[in-house]
Amino acid sequence: MTMNRETLINSILAITLIAVPLIALGMDEPFIITLATKVAIFAMAGVGLNLVLGYGGLVSFGHAAFFGIGGYAAGILASHALNYEPIMSWPFELEGTTQMIIIWIVALIASALIALAIGAITLRTSGVYFIMITLAFAQMIYYFAISWPAYGGEDGLSIYVRNGFPGLNTLDPISFFALCAVMLGIAMAFSAVLIRSRFGLALQGARQNTQRMTAVGIAPFRIRLVAFVISAMITALAGALYADLNRFVSPSMLSWHMSGEIMVFVILGGVGRLFGPLAGAGLYIILEHLLGGVWEFWQLPLGVLLLIVVLFARGGLVGVLAGERKHA
Amino acid sequence: MFSLFVEQLLNGLQSGVMLFLMASGLTLVFGVMGLINLAHGSLYMVGAFACAAVAAWTGSFWLGLVASLMAAALAGALVEMLIIRRLYNRDHLDQVLATFALILIFSEGTRWIFGSFPLFLSVPEFLTGTVILPGDVEYPLFRFAIIIAGFVVAAGLFLLIGKTRLGIRIRAGEADRGMIAALGVNIDRLYTIVFALGAALAGLAGAFVGTTQSVQVGMGEPVLILAFVVIVIGGIGSIKGALIGSLLVGFTDTMGRFLLPHAFATFLDPSSATAIGSALASMLIYIVMALVLFLRPSGLFGTEA
Repeated sequence: MTMNRETLINSILAITLIAVPLIALGMDEPFIITLATKVAIFAMAGVGLNLVLGYGGLVSFGHAAFFGIGGYAAGILASHALNYEPIMSWPFELEGTTQMIIIWIVALIASALIALAIGAITLRTSGVYFIMITLAFAQMIYYFAISWPAYGGEDGLSIYVRNGFPGLNTLDPISFFALCAVMLGIAMAFSAVLIRSRFGLALQGARQNTQRMTAVGIAPFRIRLVAFVISAMITALAGALYADLNRFVSPSMLSWHMSGEIMVFVILGGVGRLFGPLAGAGLYIILEHLLGGVWEFWQLPLGVLLLIVVLFARGGLVGVLAGERKHA
Repeated sequence: MFSLFVEQLLNGLQSGVMLFLMASGLTLVFGVMGLINLAHGSLYMVGAFACAAVAAWTGSFWLGLVASLMAAALAGALVEMLIIRRLYNRDHLDQVLATFALILIFSEGTRWIFGSFPLFLSVPEFLTGTVILPGDVEYPLFRFAIIIAGFVVAAGLFLLIGKTRLGIRIRAGEADRGMIAALGVNIDRLYTIVFALGAALAGLAGAFVGTTQSVQVGMGEPVLILAFVVIVIGGIGSIKGALIGSLLVGFTDTMGRFLLPHAFATFLDPSSATAIGSALASMLIYIVMALVLFLRPSGLFGTEA
């Protein structure tokens, strides 16, 4: 019965995400469409984090690194293409591109490689060490982006024309929203299939009881590393879309504050719930828009609200509405 | 060149000592209460702002320093009694989120009260100027005084932990909190005291560093993350580890920024040497951290992973 209630809430969330921009289109409010696009992108970043945080029990405080890597993949490739400068000319010629599909592939590969390196070191530790070290590695990449002058350093990098997608005018807000919503849908469907698979069960098993998992012959380290890499790739894809939404990428996408925000989307919505990140990102953007319009210091009430959610409403928004605790 | 080298060494020492004031509180709170506190950097900021405000109001840096200690300790004690206390039995995720929320509240609250523009703290009159060290090395007197003050506080902390009744209780709390509660120690009050002590140290560091740089919202976060690196290297919960880790991070960071561009300049043209050198220097402490963790996953002086 409670499960049905969560399914109902999930359907409402999905319908709202699609209905709001369509109504905004009818009312000629492109800004609302942009907000909805932002929700879809942030939710996708959250879906990535939720995989390790919610299902794997691994509190990564460095997912901004992957979000930013995705963003920089878009920014760097586009800037090379627009300046007609090859990225490298030896041993083979490599050109920049303004095609989103190629950008996404690059973002996926780059984030996978870096997540593999970071994961291999951080997953040797657990608990508080893991939190701090993921944070520290993200900071390392952040400071690198700031001090490396080739791609704008502290000032960031502008993408003068939003990158293209075959058969779609990405400059049209509703088309770009549709693209982001479809990508979010794919990420959520993939994540749903993954957590029900043998791999997903092993990942959740490793969270619940590492020793028992080891005893039945499954090495938690490898499971977790694969989950960490997949999670990073989803978040990086969201980062590439976010750079295209703003047509701008800067080190702030890599900052620890961004990591905290992605985490807030997941927690606000409900940890370890498929639609949690969507609910959380939606609530966050609505609050930012409403409170930010009224009061300059809107993050103060946001902090208080977050504190209340953590202290008193532990299942997040979806958890409170569905009236059921997910795990002890 | 020699005097520049010594100056940079001393700068490394200064940043290491200041880091220790931050990291020791963080590691104590973790060791005794098992709490990861992201808002520790906010207490550092509170100390700096209290010092700047009181120093500007009264004209006395010393009153400002006292204010920084008191404001940070008071803020720490209040936050502990109102919020942090509810988090001891929660998992780390809840602790991270709740203290992240505290950062938002502290930062926005400070911005609301003091505005977004940085404040400046001036060095007290008789500590301006330079000190001549052996080898004809000139060094700003105030920075030199900070190093000394930092070491005095560090020594005091070691004495407090090692020799006093409170220190024995703190160490006992780290070892077995159930047992010392059973022995009649008021564990709630002990936790509040430990938290306020850590906060006061952070606030003091904020006041010192605020005098050499500027006092602004968000100043606590970079230091907080460095302090995390320090206690990860030193081993979480270990004061000795925090000291060694702080000095290691302070020296590595300062000397890396100073030496690496020079090192690259020996075989690269100057502009790319500066670019590569400074980019690599900004990553250096994290590379050191990764190395330490690779060899010892629970840090240099850590007991459990």
